[in-house]
Amino acid sequence: MSTPMLLGARAILAAGVLACLAGPWLFDANSLTVLTEFFIVVTLALMWNLLAGYADIISVGQQGFVGVGAYAFFGFTALLHMSVWAAVPLAALTTLLIAVPVMAVIFRLRTAYLAVGTWVAADVLMLIAGKLPGFGGGSGTSLPIPVVKQFGARLGDRIDMFYALSLGLALIAFLATWALLRSRIGLGLTAMRDNEEAAGSSGVDLVRTRILCFLWTAPFLGLAGVMTALEKLRVAPTASFNITDWTIDIIFIVVIGGIGSLEGPILGAILFFLLRQWLADFGAWYLILLGVISIGVILFEPKGLWGACRRWGFPDILPAGHAPGPGAPERVAGPDAQEAPAARTVG
Amino acid sequence: MADRNETVSAGGPPAEAVILALAGVSRRFGGLRVIEELSLTVRPGEILGVLGPNGAGKSTLFNLIAGVLPPNEGSIHIMGRDVTAMTVWRRRRLGVGRTYQVPKPFAHMSVFENVLVAATHGGGLSIPAGRREAQRALALTGLAALAAKPAGTLSLLNLKRLELAKAVAGKPRLLLLDEIAGGLTDAECEDLLAILTAIHREGATIVWVEHVIHALKRIASRLAVLHFGAIICEGAPDAVLADERVREVYLGA
Ligand SMILES: Nc1ncnc2c1ncn2[C@@H]1O[C@H](COP(=O)(O)OP(=O)(O)OP(=O)(O)O)[C@@H](O)[C@H]1O
Ligand SMILES: [Mg+2]
Repeated sequence: MSTPMLLGARAILAAGVLACLAGPWLFDANSLTVLTEFFIVVTLALMWNLLAGYADIISVGQQGFVGVGAYAFFGFTALLHMSVWAAVPLAALTTLLIAVPVMAVIFRLRTAYLAVGTWVAADVLMLIAGKLPGFGGGSGTSLPIPVVKQFGARLGDRIDMFYALSLGLALIAFLATWALLRSRIGLGLTAMRDNEEAAGSSGVDLVRTRILCFLWTAPFLGLAGVMTALEKLRVAPTASFNITDWTIDIIFIVVIGGIGSLEGPILGAILFFLLRQWLADFGAWYLILLGVISIGVILFEPKGLWGACRRWGFPDILPAGHAPGPGAPERVAGPDAQEAPAARTVG
Repeated sequence: MADRNETVSAGGPPAEAVILALAGVSRRFGGLRVIEELSLTVRPGEILGVLGPNGAGKSTLFNLIAGVLPPNEGSIHIMGRDVTAMTVWRRRRLGVGRTYQVPKPFAHMSVFENVLVAATHGGGLSIPAGRREAQRALALTGLAALAAKPAGTLSLLNLKRLELAKAVAGKPRLLLLDEIAGGLTDAECEDLLAILTAIHREGATIVWVEHVIHALKRIASRLAVLHFGAIICEGAPDAVLADERVREVYLGA
């Protein structure tokens, strides 16, 4: 019954992706800048959702890796004078390398302590960034003009380029995460999401899966950090490592949209940007409203908007699951599951 | 017997003849002593029935064997290996499948995916091989027609079947079954016994905790009675059920 709805949803999604791909020809500079930020936020939301929604790692220190990515990019380009195209992958690699010792420390902790641990780790990284020579200390510094110009000689070209890069990042982050969830590891991860103890009893290595997940997010967070540096054309401890922008807002987004799904973070990010555009004039009220909505969702619909859609029987637009496939009967037994015949093959 | 060598300590039966050996195992929850100095040996090919009043510690015993809980004292050997400190997932891969008395489905995954998790991770199979194994386990437990349903929508009866399908996926050598026959009609119980007989014939050793004694008696080769965390009687089914103390604590006669 929901097939037309599903096709409709997929059509809207495909149209949205096509419009984004054609963005530079369709939208003005202002819209492109907002969308650039939107793609960064989608990437961050996908990563926070992977950790919190699947691996049960509640991070409030995601901004730490965003900041590392931004600072690494600044270091490789402005200080070491490397090409920006070499600096981008190196920034991702640096974030991954920094994530290893961070993980070794915070994985000794669980639940709320782990959350606090991620926050402390991010703060330490921010303090170190503020002390690094050449990075402008506590007030930060601008990206040198020659670095910026490598992305395009004219402002309009650069806006297009930043847009393309952050769109590419969001698409890759999405496709890679989708592929991860479809894999054997992702199967275990999804089982962990639903019941951690039972996942372990079914043979899922909870420790290795968690480690992989945490390290998986690091390079994407670092790349998002590169994009924040390009968007602002500067790095600064308080901006590059901003907990509100890169973690708290992201938590709102994932919680409202639907934790533990691929659709939820995207839905939440769209909602977040729409609310922000509409309510920008209300200043603090906007944040208060966002908080109220989040609390409402946690109380009444813990799996968010997408969880509500699922409960109403809406199938996943972007399924990461495994259909029973050929060999299994296609028809599902009557509405009452209890009527299923027992042990047809035996006896 | 508390040594943690790779093999069962001398004095016990030789390693190959024992699939599961518990030696002096104790487990407390705070001040509550749930399992006390329990020793137990299970040989390959056995079907051991475990009886005991509510709260005797049967499910806790399974949690200790499967590795969900560590014991406070004692050691556990499986197939000659000391698994006392081994994680639950490594024990599952070694060949210990278990069902939960209160089903723990992956509620937002399909029935098929639930079993696929156990086949790929627990059975160590690739996804294509795991798919075939999952389909086998679903057919065996009579769940094939429900494969595409979200596990969270199943009835309790089918959730128990799903527990069994997850436990047998990947053909573990030791199966721990926790009260899977409760609430079945006579016909369903016959089906279940036929399934268990088939699984047993394929080479699985079974430890079955069950209150439905008439079902247990039909296939168990040995019974053990647990009372306040200790085995008070074990042996041939008829002898155990006729035992004075067993009738007293368990059958209330
Ligand atoms: N995780 C736990 N924390 C605290 N107490 C526990 C825990 N697990 C079990 N217990 C207690 O240990 C005792 C034995 O419980 P267990 O579930 O092993 O009994 P059982 O023999 O399986 O009973 P039943 O026949 O009702 O299933 C009970 O008193 C129970 O409350
Ligand atoms: Mg029990």
